[in-house]
Amino acid sequence: MFKLVPRREPNAPMLYATPFIAVALTLIAGFGLFTILGKDPVQAMGLIFIKPLASYNSLAELLVKGAPLILIGVGLSIGFRAGVWNIGAEGQFTIGAICGGSVALGFYPGGGFWLLPLMALAGALGGMAWAAIPALLRTKFHANEILVSLMLTYVATLLLGFLVHGALRDPDGFNFPESRLFQDDALLPKLLPGSRANIGFLVALFAAAAAYVYLERLMLGFQARVLGQAPRAARFAGYSERRIVWSSFMISGGLAGLAGLFEAAGPVGQLVPSLPVGYGFTAIIVAFLGRLHPVGVVFAGMLMALTYIGGETAQIEMSLPSATTGVFQGMLLFFLLASDVLVNFRIVRAGKPLAPASAPAAARLTPAA
Amino acid sequence: MDLVLSILLGVVVAATPLAFAAIGELVTERSGVLNLGVEGMMIIGAIAAFAATYGTGSYIIGSLAGALAGAAMGALFGVLTLSLMSNQVATGLALTLFGLGLSALIGQSYSGVSLPRFPQVHIPILTDIPFVGPLLFGQDGLVYLSIALVAGVSWFLASTRAGLILRAAGENHDAAHAIGYPVIGIRYLAVMFGGACAGLGGAYLSLVQTPLWVENMSAGRGWIALALVVFASWKPTRVLGGAYLFGGVAILQLHSQALGLRVDPQILSMLPYLATIVVLVVISRDRMTMTLNAPACLGRAFHASS
Repeated sequence: MFKLVPRREPNAPMLYATPFIAVALTLIAGFGLFTILGKDPVQAMGLIFIKPLASYNSLAELLVKGAPLILIGVGLSIGFRAGVWNIGAEGQFTIGAICGGSVALGFYPGGGFWLLPLMALAGALGGMAWAAIPALLRTKFHANEILVSLMLTYVATLLLGFLVHGALRDPDGFNFPESRLFQDDALLPKLLPGSRANIGFLVALFAAAAAYVYLERLMLGFQARVLGQAPRAARFAGYSERRIVWSSFMISGGLAGLAGLFEAAGPVGQLVPSLPVGYGFTAIIVAFLGRLHPVGVVFAGMLMALTYIGGETAQIEMSLPSATTGVFQGMLLFFLLASDVLVNFRIVRAGKPLAPASAPAAARLTPAA
Repeated sequence: MDLVLSILLGVVVAATPLAFAAIGELVTERSGVLNLGVEGMMIIGAIAAFAATYGTGSYIIGSLAGALAGAAMGALFGVLTLSLMSNQVATGLALTLFGLGLSALIGQSYSGVSLPRFPQVHIPILTDIPFVGPLLFGQDGLVYLSIALVAGVSWFLASTRAGLILRAAGENHDAAHAIGYPVIGIRYLAVMFGGACAGLGGAYLSLVQTPLWVENMSAGRGWIALALVVFASWKPTRVLGGAYLFGGVAILQLHSQALGLRVDPQILSMLPYLATIVVLVVISRDRMTMTLNAPACLGRAFHASS
């Protein structure tokens, strides 16, 4: 049998290799999954992973779906680095869409060049306000931020439903629970002609670059990394946990709110109850797959967008259930977390004596064993 | 009187899945493992129970299938966090996302199918007592099982040697290991027990509460169950009380009109989630008691270096 021996420090090549190992394992498992479902695995995999790359329209869709995933994933990765678990990005996304969308509807049918920046501001502030609740409850009352932010996601979805059934309902909409279609000035400019891709993608790339600077060059970003890796060291160094928790929630909440507004003002063009489609949860996978690094998050976001679009194609052409995408994403995260063992441990055949260099250290740590 | 009775019966139905899931998670956490995948295990239990009941016509086989599927999900979590030492928080989230996706995939062929009413206990004379009869002696078997389970766990943790060993693994895994107890093995069993309980909770949702398969039908109950464990300060009997309290909050929206409340149903549906937040704040406010009550090794990976 084999056994695991802890590495003295995380293995850097493995850190970058594991996302690829995880993707490879997911592809293999996907092959098995499609075979069990009685579908041609080669055709299905081609539809999901290759076909979306072969047409202009689906490449543009890649940017549409990638933008919110990258925006949210970048924000979450900053918090996750600090051990601050904002799991409620989906709720902050929804509130951002409500706040920014309300601005557009409030000025309906008026507008001007100033309308979109104002909406974006309202969206980001909305997301930040929603994220402020778990931040406040954690810093003031030590309430678990995972549970609080998650509960607020359900509340946000219900709030959106409540508003589009009432206050924000389209007055000429035959009582459908939807808002008006936004006026032209409230819609995001297109990035690629003839497609749905909008400038949200550029904002996402900019956010990733800014997050890189924040984590690598600014003090607060450094403190966040220390708190996540060595909470005791952070405490001895006098870093304020309160400030780090707040900044993590404000950044991730603001970006999620912005992503929500971009969804409403971009591909959807109005407020509908089905606006939150799970980007906030998928972005958690994106953040981990991107190794909590802004550059990695950009690539991971694009890969996840690919599974969304490929999943839709496969759904139409092979009548595969839409949930297939969710299963793929879940498997990917599993394999990634499982292969992370290679980063922190060496696999050694049991019975083989330990390498001389590590033996005294191991013995010193556990004299009883 | 009829209204009060139907409200109380509704509370029992709303509370039972929470009680199942929370008592399972309590055992898991007492062994030192934080499994945030309760929601995923619950929903897999729901679809497995529904499919098995639909296929065999037996509610017993269905409930067992739900428990087994939940335990399998728990074992999967164990392989990742206990054998491969992955991050428990991230793995729990992965379990939930995976469970929601997989259940929707399996459940696709069951949408729109409904099951007959889950059989209820009927004891002559006792069940026929007005008011008290149906409440105490006319529930379905799973309700009694959930209460028995809480009592059993309470006894197991407090009064048995095995329960003491499980608690030792959760309080100080290094000491437990040094004495010679198999920490990883104990935690595997605890995680699988937690999964089985969550699976039963899911089975209750799809067999009793709404005898239909609906995508995402667990609707955050797994997360509420997690909050319940904190609420109960990791004490089994308080889990039951908490579950019935939350059941009461959840049932309020169904009876709001009869009670003369003029509040939008969507606002009322927020109540269980808001109540969870309030309860968490009230319980966590005092950091000292929290630290004393929580298992000391909760969420910490254990690796025995040779």
